[in-house]
Amino acid sequence: MEVRDALFEYVLRLGDNALILGQRLSELVGRAPELEEEMALVNIALDYIGQARMLLTYAGEIEGKGRDEDQLAYLRDVLDFRNVLLVEQPNGDFAHTIARLFLISAFNEQLYGRLVRSRDGRLAEIAEKALKEVRYHVRHSGEWVIRLGDGTEESHRRMQKALDDLWMYTGELFTPDEIDRVMAEEGIGPDLPALKPLWDERVDAVLREAGLERPADGWMPTGGKDGRMHSEHLGHLLAEMQFLQRAYPGLRW
Amino acid sequence: MKGWPLYEVFIRPRNGVAHRHVGSLHAPDPEMALELARDLYCRRGEGSSIWVVPASAITASRPEDKDFLFEPLEKEYRHPSHYRIPPDVKNM
Repeated sequence: MEVRDALFEYVLRLGDNALILGQRLSELVGRAPELEEEMALVNIALDYIGQARMLLTYAGEIEGKGRDEDQLAYLRDVLDFRNVLLVEQPNGDFAHTIARLFLISAFNEQLYGRLVRSRDGRLAEIAEKALKEVRYHVRHSGEWVIRLGDGTEESHRRMQKALDDLWMYTGELFTPDEIDRVMAEEGIGPDLPALKPLWDERVDAVLREAGLERPADGWMPTGGKDGRMHSEHLGHLLAEMQFLQRAYPGLRW
Repeated sequence: MKGWPLYEVFIRPRNGVAHRHVGSLHAPDPEMALELARDLYCRRGEGSSIWVVPASAITASRPEDKDFLFEPLEKEYRHPSHYRIPPDVKNM
């Protein structure tokens, strides 16, 4: 595989992770449990959409076929998306929203922490900006995991359930495929399995303080980042996100 | 999650000036109030420090006490308005 093709796929994956998570969080506008927390979650959504714009723009440039961020975001169908399964999972209750954000942000913190030293200068620059944001996302969501886990009986039960439900999607994050291996060999991306112990440490510390049990590693589905098998939720998300460009092609503000 | 207590938020725009009251918010506890203050009041790079104070900890004056608290006494000499500022002095 050509390095350039692998790089395009790789940057597309990073961009899609940010875009889909940003879209999921922005679905909470008008629906979060408290006004203040809604502002917090939507600000985080904006951070991710900002990251998605930089990454998808760059992906389009690498590809060199004239596709820009908007075409990549709005004119691809389900099977062309390269985000991990975790970020496309529905918001569920507040505990699920928080668990998903915490698990992926803790991963992104390690990932971007490595990408700032990537041999690809453009990616390193994007990672540097994203890392500052992501550090806050881990902290904010982690503080909520602690409060819900160590809160009432019901909040504890819901937080544990959310972790149990989403845990199986964490395996894909650390499972490298050929693209990941090419990127690691080129010094562009990190060795994914090496990030796992650092992620474990971060997650375990929060779960311990929250009095929550770390779910057992069972069957872990893959197929999001290589587009083989997205969950049924992604199509619904895209239908809403892409409606305007599909109904009115080329429409601009 | 109903009935989070109210916090007043103070932000110091930069080092060397005082914290200023910027607004209030509801939060479950002081640490979370700090985080939410960041999201509500510090998104555009304003501020180098945030204080959050439980609104219940503030003792406020009563509107009906306005007369004796704020009515100016006849001590005009306390105001510097009768001094003439020399033309060379630009800032006073």
